[in-house]
Amino acid sequence: MAVTRGSVASRLALLMVLLFTALLASGVQANMTSNAIELREFDDPVTEQRYRSLTASLRCPTCENQAINDSDAPVSGDMRDRVYMMLMDDRSDMEILDHMVERFGNYVLYNPRLEGRTFLLWALPAGLVLAGFGLVALVVRARRNASSRVLSPDERERLEAMISHRGRNQ
Amino acid sequence: MTRRLLLLLPLIGFLGLSIFLYQGLSLNPFHRDSALMARDFPEFDMVTLEDPGQRVDNSLLARGEVTLVNVWGEWCPECKREMPQLLDLADRGIRLVGISYKDTREKGLGFLQDFGNPFELNIFDPEGELAFELGVYGAPETFLVDREGIIRYHHTGYISASDVREYILPEVEKWQ
Repeated sequence: MAVTRGSVASRLALLMVLLFTALLASGVQANMTSNAIELREFDDPVTEQRYRSLTASLRCPTCENQAINDSDAPVSGDMRDRVYMMLMDDRSDMEILDHMVERFGNYVLYNPRLEGRTFLLWALPAGLVLAGFGLVALVVRARRNASSRVLSPDERERLEAMISHRGRNQ
Repeated sequence: MTRRLLLLLPLIGFLGLSIFLYQGLSLNPFHRDSALMARDFPEFDMVTLEDPGQRVDNSLLARGEVTLVNVWGEWCPECKREMPQLLDLADRGIRLVGISYKDTREKGLGFLQDFGNPFELNIFDPEGELAFELGVYGAPETFLVDREGIIRYHHTGYISASDVREYILPEVEKWQ
């Protein structure tokens, strides 16, 4: 009995090791494909950093949940090329983002801009926090008023009666 | 009693938000308007697929007639499936212009030979420059350009026979 249990355990362990290696291998492969997208040369580290952050903040138009720096879609490759070309051309980040929005729409921005259409998106969380503070303030004020109210003679009498009643029962 | 009802407010708010977000789940993110809607067709000056010596520019589109501009490629299986519908549209007298997208001249011409040619002519765009200006993110895509050369309708993906009846023909009629 003990022998079989042992062999089951070792088989399980082997399976785990295999699974783990497979996961590792697929992870390495995924890393390799995303790193091997293109090799770019930059004159200075600042431009390189701008390239990285721009391609990370632009969304691939056909794959929904990937930035263009992480996508194998042909259109993402074209967009990376354009970002690179415009950086080499000394264009500002704003100009590059505008350039993409003009062609592919607001959809490509992972950080939506503050404008009429997106006003609620930005204003709602702040508005809700303010409303929450307002609510807390109201409740606190109501509680404070309630506790500081003096009992009327009538109420005092009833209270006394209750207390003495309980006292007698115990 | 009214105070009791006030306690229901958060629940009502939550239900409202849930319905709103739930609807979002069934939206197709590919059914979004082109960024170029109601704007001029981008400037271009290119050669045609048929003849490397023939230059075409924006004057091709603003000719007092509605034009369907279809972006296609030999490498794109959906483009092959939509050709019968495009041939049908051409038979109805609608003007079609093609953009041969990221193909070699040889492959592009071969495609037209195999699947028929509904296009008045095809703009040759091997690097996808014009398609980039149009914000094309996958072939096939079709743009309806009105009589003044302004983009009025955008269809992403394959045009089915029912798309022709439901969207394409009514839109062409609307802008003709």
